Amino acid sequence: MASEGDRRAGPEVAARSSKIIGLGAGGARGVAIALASTVVVFVALGVAITHAPGWHEVRTTFFNWSQFRSTLPEISRAFLLNVKIFCIAEVLILVVALFIAVIRSLPGPVFFPLRALAIAYADFFRGVPTILVIAILGFGAPALGLKSVPTSTTFWGIVALVLVYTAYVSEVYRAGIESVHPSQEAAARSLGLTRWQATRHVILPQAVRRVIPPLLNDFIGLQKDTALVGVLGAIEAFNQSQIDVDATFNFTPYLAAAFLFVAITIPLARFTDWLIIRDRRKRQAGALA
Amino acid sequence: MSALAVEGVRKSFGRTEVLRGIDLELAEHEVVCLIGASGSGKSTLLRCVNLIEPVDAGRIVVHGGEVTRRGVDVNRVRRGIGIVFQAFNLFPHMSVLRNVTLAPRAVLGLGRGEAEARARDLLARFGLADKAADYPDRLSGGQQQRVAIARALAMEPKLMLLDEVTSALDPELVAEVLEVIRELAAGGMTMLIATHEMGFARDIADRVCFLDDGVILEQGPPAEIFSNPREERTQRFLERIVAAGRM
Repeated sequence: MASEGDRRAGPEVAARSSKIIGLGAGGARGVAIALASTVVVFVALGVAITHAPGWHEVRTTFFNWSQFRSTLPEISRAFLLNVKIFCIAEVLILVVALFIAVIRSLPGPVFFPLRALAIAYADFFRGVPTILVIAILGFGAPALGLKSVPTSTTFWGIVALVLVYTAYVSEVYRAGIESVHPSQEAAARSLGLTRWQATRHVILPQAVRRVIPPLLNDFIGLQKDTALVGVLGAIEAFNQSQIDVDATFNFTPYLAAAFLFVAITIPLARFTDWLIIRDRRKRQAGALA
Repeated sequence: MSALAVEGVRKSFGRTEVLRGIDLELAEHEVVCLIGASGSGKSTLLRCVNLIEPVDAGRIVVHGGEVTRRGVDVNRVRRGIGIVFQAFNLFPHMSVLRNVTLAPRAVLGLGRGEAEARARDLLARFGLADKAADYPDRLSGGQQQRVAIARALAMEPKLMLLDEVTSALDPELVAEVLEVIRELAAGGMTMLIATHEMGFARDIADRVCFLDDGVILEQGPPAEIFSNPREERTQRFLERIVAAGRM
């Protein structure tokens, strides 16, 4: 019955402390309530999991600290490949997607074929699962046996990720371009700037600034999806963890790999949130002025 | 040779015919004010002259060159025509100085030093010398509109089009912008001005044109139009303006 008593003690103590903290101040009271409910939820979850019938098994196969420590260095080294793939792909995506977004926003009937191509591209690569694009390119392209075509799995993995993510990111850019009021282009053109000069100096700088938060959101996805390149056989973090799992019959290396991914995606996610909040404050300040 | 000749210009948006045959000529150094109710076609006429809107019929000739002919280099035409909009339309991501130097540098290929020197002269002339480094959202409406005028003048246009440049301003900021325009007129700038400021039009214009339903119904010296309009519709328009306390 001791555990029952513990369960009850948690919220009571928390409630009492929230009363003490919350004297008068609404903000502090809010923090206390949030703290209390968080503690309740996690204690309940912890109790539920650790009291599950198979908990002992799971703890030794998934949460094995010595396994974690012994495999982390090797998985970290493999993870450098994920970082490399991510960095190269991100730069290429930023450039190519912007190019496609600009093509898609070209007006007039003359550019219809280019616009149609850009639309078809975005539709196709947003529709096919990333892992299929990686598999098709990674196994198919080297099989062509062309001398000038690299056979490196990393190379084709990057190409596949760039193709897929460029489709998404070009849509993000396009939304930004369309959000710039037409009067801005009219003002630029009225000064004698060509359409390209107006796009480059006036439209794009404003468009890109507005879409930085959604862009970062896509890059959080890209960081994770670098693990998919593992299906081609490149030894990146996921593949390395799989090798370790196979060697030891212990699943803790998966956790080590997950830990590494989370360690770089969470800071980026918080940074994105911060940018969104800052942007909102700025716009509200602008509306008040 | 006239500075601007508009001949039989027509323009429709969908089924609405906004300009129904406009004929208008401006001599060099002449200041012409367009007056008329909202929707009478004043803004559309200015936008057609600047080639922001293509005309459906008729010709527009600027300093002897037809700008409405097919295959004309619109960018070259616009260099010589400055336009200032009701809503300022400054570039919000650029400082005041860059707003003014962008076109001279990108279009005329001026060096940074020369473009900035020219821009600083213009800004100083309009009382904005200390605002060069500020961003547009830090400025009042009147300051923003003066920057917009400086931005247009930086291209050294021979013709200026002003599209209700004081309509978006708080009343106390109107005077500072009108002062700048008076200075331009005194300097001999040829200007076509769409305006609701009747007192200003009477002061500054060599000629006033009353636009009604897409045609110029009546035109003449301001004294004549404002004191002794011939057309009944002009009389009624001016009566409404007086009743609204705008004159």
